[in-house]
Amino acid sequence: MSRTEDVLADATPTLTTTPAAQAGTDQRAGAGPAGVPRFRVAGLGVGFTRAGTQRQVVEDLSFDLFPGQCVAIVGESGSGKSVTARTLVGLTGAGSTVTAQTLEFEGRDVRRFSGRDWLRTRGAKIGFVLQDALVSLDPLRPVGAEIDEALRLHGWGSRHSRARKVVELLDSVGVPSPRLRAAQRSGELSGGLRQRALIASALALDPDVVIADEPTTALDVTVQAQVLDLLAQTKRRGVSILLISHDLSVVARLADQILVMRGGRVVERGTAQQVLTDPQHDYTRALIAAVPGEHTRGTRLVPPVDGAEPAPVPAPRAAPAEPVLEARGLVKRFPVAGGLRRTAVDDVSFALHRGRTLGIVGESGSGKSTTARLVLALTAPDAGEVTLLGEAWSTVPEPRRRARRSSIAVVQQDPLSSFDPRWDVERILLDSLPAGHGDRAVRARRVRELLEQVGLGEEVLPRSPLRLSGGQRQRVAIARALGSEPSVLVLDEAVSALDVSVQAQVLDLLADLQERLGLSYLFISHDLGVIHHVSDEVLVMKDGRVVERGSADDVFLRPREAYTQELVGSLPRLADARRDTTTTTLTSTTGETR
Amino acid sequence: MTLTSSPDGAAGATLDAGLEQAPPSRRARSVARRVAGRLVGAVVVLWGAATVAFLAQVALPGDRATIIFNTRAGQPIERTAQELAAVNAQYGLQHPVLVQYLDYLAGLLHGDLGRSYQQYRPVTQILGEQIGLTIVLTLAAIALAWVVMVVWVTLTAGRGPRTSAFGAAADTVTAALPHYWLGILLLLLFAQRLGWFPVISDGGPVGLVLPALTLAVPLAGFMGQATRTEFERALEQPFVVSARTRGSGDLGVRLRHVLRHSALPAVTLSGWALGATISGAVVVESVFTRRGIGSVLVGAVNSQDLPIVTGVVVLVAALYVVANLVVDLVHHLLDPRTETS
Amino acid sequence: MTTVTTAAPALARRRTRAARPWTLALALLLTAWFAVSALWPHLLAPDDPLALHLDSALAAPGPHHLLGTDEAGRDLYSRIVHGTAPSLAIGFGASLVSLALALVLGGLAALAARPVAAVVDRLVEVLFSFPSLLLALLLVALLGQSALTEAIAVGVGTAPGYARMVRGQILSVKGSPYVEAAVTLGHSRTRILRQHVLPNAVRPLVAVFALSVGQSIVWASSLSFLGLGVAPPSSEWGALLDAGRLYLTHAWWLTIVPGLVIVVLALTATTLGKHLQTSLERNDR
Repeated sequence: MSRTEDVLADATPTLTTTPAAQAGTDQRAGAGPAGVPRFRVAGLGVGFTRAGTQRQVVEDLSFDLFPGQCVAIVGESGSGKSVTARTLVGLTGAGSTVTAQTLEFEGRDVRRFSGRDWLRTRGAKIGFVLQDALVSLDPLRPVGAEIDEALRLHGWGSRHSRARKVVELLDSVGVPSPRLRAAQRSGELSGGLRQRALIASALALDPDVVIADEPTTALDVTVQAQVLDLLAQTKRRGVSILLISHDLSVVARLADQILVMRGGRVVERGTAQQVLTDPQHDYTRALIAAVPGEHTRGTRLVPPVDGAEPAPVPAPRAAPAEPVLEARGLVKRFPVAGGLRRTAVDDVSFALHRGRTLGIVGESGSGKSTTARLVLALTAPDAGEVTLLGEAWSTVPEPRRRARRSSIAVVQQDPLSSFDPRWDVERILLDSLPAGHGDRAVRARRVRELLEQVGLGEEVLPRSPLRLSGGQRQRVAIARALGSEPSVLVLDEAVSALDVSVQAQVLDLLADLQERLGLSYLFISHDLGVIHHVSDEVLVMKDGRVVERGSADDVFLRPREAYTQELVGSLPRLADARRDTTTTTLTSTTGETR
Repeated sequence: MTLTSSPDGAAGATLDAGLEQAPPSRRARSVARRVAGRLVGAVVVLWGAATVAFLAQVALPGDRATIIFNTRAGQPIERTAQELAAVNAQYGLQHPVLVQYLDYLAGLLHGDLGRSYQQYRPVTQILGEQIGLTIVLTLAAIALAWVVMVVWVTLTAGRGPRTSAFGAAADTVTAALPHYWLGILLLLLFAQRLGWFPVISDGGPVGLVLPALTLAVPLAGFMGQATRTEFERALEQPFVVSARTRGSGDLGVRLRHVLRHSALPAVTLSGWALGATISGAVVVESVFTRRGIGSVLVGAVNSQDLPIVTGVVVLVAALYVVANLVVDLVHHLLDPRTETS
Repeated sequence: MTTVTTAAPALARRRTRAARPWTLALALLLTAWFAVSALWPHLLAPDDPLALHLDSALAAPGPHHLLGTDEAGRDLYSRIVHGTAPSLAIGFGASLVSLALALVLGGLAALAARPVAAVVDRLVEVLFSFPSLLLALLLVALLGQSALTEAIAVGVGTAPGYARMVRGQILSVKGSPYVEAAVTLGHSRTRILRQHVLPNAVRPLVAVFALSVGQSIVWASSLSFLGLGVAPPSSEWGALLDAGRLYLTHAWWLTIVPGLVIVVLALTATTLGKHLQTSLERNDR
């Protein structure tokens, strides 16, 4: 098929033109188009039939996966990438129709595979890594049992030798105290350790191909880097990797080839370097431009439709304005099983000035969400105090404080659960208006005004939030927050659950609103790029303490503390990564082919 | 995360990245604390049950002494003070209520459930004679219900809309079957028409089958509803996909992974099921003319012989409490994640 | 038989299986039948149910007597139709008692001040440790046998299970993110209770009420079966069961048929309840 030839044609020229950086050490695999592809896919289409209607989820997808190569499929939700991954192991799901011109694994037509053939192939020849090991490993069984299952299902060894192999495998993926860990369940391990255990179970039988579906989502940045290193290490041993992700920067580090999918079709393909430095398709360009980070500060993420130069977001005021929100020495402890208490927030202080954005960044367990709850007075601090608009806030009893809640509002990560399940958008927004806002007509006008401010049309008013898209829901949540005309907006992971392009739109919206309404933002996120993009000042939190603080550029470009340096260093960047990937395609093919 | 330990010294735990385990000694202490908490809760419930039982006896409308006398004599007439004095002395009814209450509680601690109004025999004795067979029936029914339910749900859950709908409908219909009706049906069909089983149970194992089945089928349907829901939910979880990608077949996944998850609600229900099945046994014993506390209980209700009725109630409450402790333990063994205090 | 005490996990899950339309049609048809039998029994069974036909005593179901006759020659079909009203009355009465008690106890356990809530919670737990039938038997022993006692006894017997369900539902709504969102908007506790907690918590219970009517009738008939219900010659279905027991071996229809009617009613109520639940949830979309 011509598509396949295109791919081959793309790959070859770059081999000669790009400069080589250091080569990977253990290269024995046959890399590049000279080897025999392990997976040949041409014209793959997947459709689902539900309640009589047919929906085509993947259309005309083609690629080849060679030994020691990593092909990445990038797309947002609904692009069909996960379905593709599952189809390659024959687990597409009920009610599905798979059509293809070629669908071969190691030379055999996969469509002719019987159930037994699949049972023999899965696990042994193809390993699969899902995201979020907390639920991808059986939470009721020790992780060792999960790895053991992979061995046992393929008749490997005896009970005794398998137990030893399990420990070996955990060790090989870098899990400390492997014997101890093997007996623990996924909930007892940290995010990084359990993801490694999951990878160990996929690598148990030394498969030729590993399919990784969003393997680093839900992981902290530092851990993410380690997992990607692990996968890179696997690739160097000659294993082929099919990497599925929504995150271009994650993919950039590992991928040799990138396929960009949208709505079930491939809109762009090429080597990693090509796609990332010189994207051809508008969608890819928009995707790359939408990733917030250091280079997007002060600009809009979404290019305007007419192709004109994006208008820069006005720079923050030079003169320090008065603080609208202050926290002094906040401490919050929680009782934990076993008679211990955990200090979630330990001596946290900060000041948010009018019209500015204070970003709080930290990994999971750093205490940032608890800090948000303290600021919103949803829970009382064990020590310290919060002051809102110059007046005491956390120390005031709730009945007196209630009236002032109109000054501060929150937008959460999951807007849907924060709406009453019976209400439609209009009711939700009307409910947010302060009492005595005027008669019905005045209130109705105000609701329309709010919708306009967040860029939604009146047609959403009678709808239930269940029928809105993720981005629309978040806009409604923002509109609701604005209902009482607050001075401070707390954004707790407000864009973390959104696709990159939608996230970009919402970030732009928030920037506009800040300028127009003079809002002050407390922006909490684990995503360093987002924080770098939106914040004036940044707080870095770890284990409940503030580890570093300063202006956004200071913290991210000139970090002083070791932890911050580690955090920033772990961040996968589109730029650095591009250098890495080209090297692996360069090295010659004399080694054994797997 | 920083751990602030309780006053008795520093935490000896070495904390790996994100590991929240306390040292074994502290964990053992917390386990002990939870067990103690459970036991205290159990005692409170038992005490509450005993109090309700006592209140029921006191609440009997009319003068208790007269009622007792009349029940024994078989004549509902007024009695002389002299006659009543004897009865009052026998049952201690002349003491103030609070004293009676304390006596009652003290008696319970010794295993004394009072004396029957009608027979003036210790209730413990009356019940003890009959309860063995009832317990056997109850346990057999619960075991049978479990087997039927597990097999049925494992085979029919999450398989295409038709099969699942059929399985779920079967659950609903069987759960709604009244014991007496199902029992009579089975009796007529299998004992009378086909003669496979004895019409009147003689207490042997063969005679146990139909009564146990009568109790087991509706229970299996009821537990099956909760189990099926959990089964189908678990089938959609990512760890099932992981197991399939390792090369596990569908049945293998169901048995090795999903079953354990879906059994949890049924385990919780089993504690309640013990009490419900015992009370169902009352009806079933009547249908199959089986010996057990059923007939004793019904007779006691008829003649308003409260000590027997309240005795059964307290006994069943005690069994329920014990059953719940066992059930909690089993639940924790299956799913150690739950840290309910 | 079983009470629906632990349908609480079923209420909590968000996804409900779509109910099939023909079951609803059938359930509605049967409901109509029962309603007419209760209100205008003579329309469906014009003969006097207590009329004796001694010459055709214990006749099997046939052309003359659709469902057979009892030992005094009374037509079973007529008795069943005329017994609908008292049976349903007891069922509804018991359900009302049960749910009223459950709402009060469950509501207190979930919403009252900490000490009160703890006490009520323990009380519910204690009552829950008594199986419904035994609790009902206890009340009958205390209050004697009558239709009213039956209703109260069954009502109180099934209340603890529902109370636990109500409590669980209210607590789960109380802790939900949208209630917290209302707090951040500055709404008062009363307003939140009124606007969010009560409507969302009580909604699923409407379906449970439908279920409980069927269950109550089953329980009440069990009491009657044991001879502890309404006295004969009432045509109440449970009484029919009790009376028919003596003739089990040679006139099986006297117990099987009333029992079947009870089962059908229970299933009808359950189906209606499920459809009600599904349609309420669908209205949210």
